[in-house]
Amino acid sequence: MVNEMSAVANALFTINNTWMLIAAFLVFIMHLGFASLEAGLTQAKNTVNILFKNVSIVAIGILTYAICGFNLMYPGNFNGYFGFAGFGINAPDGAAGLIEYADGAYTYFTDFIFQAMFAATAATIVSGAVAERIKLNSFLVFSTFYVALIYPIAGSWKWGYGWLDQIGFHDFAGSTLVHSVGGWAALVGAYTLGPRLGKYGKNGRMKPILGHNMPLAAIGVFLLWFGWYGFNGGSVLSADPGALSLVFVTTTLAAAAGVIGAMLTSWGISNKPDLSMILNGSLAGLVGITAGADVISPMNSVVIGFIAGVLVVISVIQFDKLKIDDPVGAISVHLVCGIWGTLAVGIFSAEHSIGIQVLGVLSYGTFCFISANIIFRIVKLLMGLRVSEEEEILGLDMGEHDMESYAGFQIFSIE
Amino acid sequence: MKLIIAVIQPEELPYIKEELLRREIYKFTITNAKGQGKEIPVQEVYRGISHEITLLKKVRLEIAVNDEYVDAVIEAITIVAKKDGDKGRGKIFILPIEECIRIRTGETGSKAIG
Repeated sequence: MVNEMSAVANALFTINNTWMLIAAFLVFIMHLGFASLEAGLTQAKNTVNILFKNVSIVAIGILTYAICGFNLMYPGNFNGYFGFAGFGINAPDGAAGLIEYADGAYTYFTDFIFQAMFAATAATIVSGAVAERIKLNSFLVFSTFYVALIYPIAGSWKWGYGWLDQIGFHDFAGSTLVHSVGGWAALVGAYTLGPRLGKYGKNGRMKPILGHNMPLAAIGVFLLWFGWYGFNGGSVLSADPGALSLVFVTTTLAAAAGVIGAMLTSWGISNKPDLSMILNGSLAGLVGITAGADVISPMNSVVIGFIAGVLVVISVIQFDKLKIDDPVGAISVHLVCGIWGTLAVGIFSAEHSIGIQVLGVLSYGTFCFISANIIFRIVKLLMGLRVSEEEEILGLDMGEHDMESYAGFQIFSIE
Repeated sequence: MKLIIAVIQPEELPYIKEELLRREIYKFTITNAKGQGKEIPVQEVYRGISHEITLLKKVRLEIAVNDEYVDAVIEAITIVAKKDGDKGRGKIFILPIEECIRIRTGETGSKAIG
């Protein structure tokens, strides 16, 4: 009898752990999504630079998470605000690092690799908002500090069982912890850098800077949507059939509703519907449902996703008017819809208080806004933030890398 | 020998090509070009911001012919453009050719063109 029980427990453990590892590599593929989307929505002359940032940020995010991030985010017993369990990662010996680590849900190493993929995601969000004008080395330094320190410290408040977790704040897979944390830094970065050259004419008239590859942008969004099944599905933290299937349904419905919300809004505003806006719309729906994918009913997830899709289009246009130049709409998708998704948990789920959700949003906002400002200012002071005017016109591919993205093709002309 | 350079609307190219072939003019070169004329600028919208495109896509057609074919070329191009009266139908330039050499055989003059 005892042997039979442990055989069942072992089989379940294997299934749970396998799902968590699948979720981890689904989140990994989101980085290809981010890279493609950002490259597609920016100019051809900056593509090498954008891909370079997106590849290096994954490496930086994962390595810093191994060095200090994981133990800052999950320090064990701590004061609820800041704790650190030491450098490096070390699995507890024997069963304590395996079946007993999370009551048969996953191993210590699975926990680490899944969380490490999340950390890298938060850092990547910033890249799109500062694209086409930030110096490569300054971006890498900023990202390293932000993802090594700010992301895990902020994360410990909720997922590390810190003070916000104690008072009942709910953020299932990171509308706030991942997307808004990245979104705040994106806002500070875009604002500190100023708009790209040529975006605002002498008379203050806005001129769009066209993305050079819509097929690439669409591929990126499909990859992000695909990866989101790991992002939200993995956040169930086991292969529990009921919980996991609900999360898949709410995630999918919100993404679909986000597309429709953005489509109707964009069609209403511009006469003709904008592809890049419905691409943002699906991501908006996904970010919006991420905080409550486990507690929101399927029909309410449609409402949340739809509102996120409307919000993202209005937000993109408003940020343009405020002269905060965000080439890919990262601030609108990740910050605005991250806030919306977090608040929506308080609105649509009876078990959660809107007041505590607001407190969570404000706490993360204050902490991330201030720390991103401090890091960006120090980096600006020590190494400068923006490339020269000449380099910006010529393109960062040549300026930062001495390399072209489309050597041999004549695909653009300077106007 | 004359070199005829015509800047035309891209959508007219297939019809002009047809008219040229009908008049037994088989040799020509086309290039994608951008140009600005008197036509109304195109309005495009990108992520909620509308903007005017004044440098529009054109096709540049180059045809080298013997003198007796010049009128046929002009006719082939204008017969298509006349079908609608909008501005921006482009222009035709006619230049004298000093010499023409067929690279493979070294033939020159009218023989090389034809």
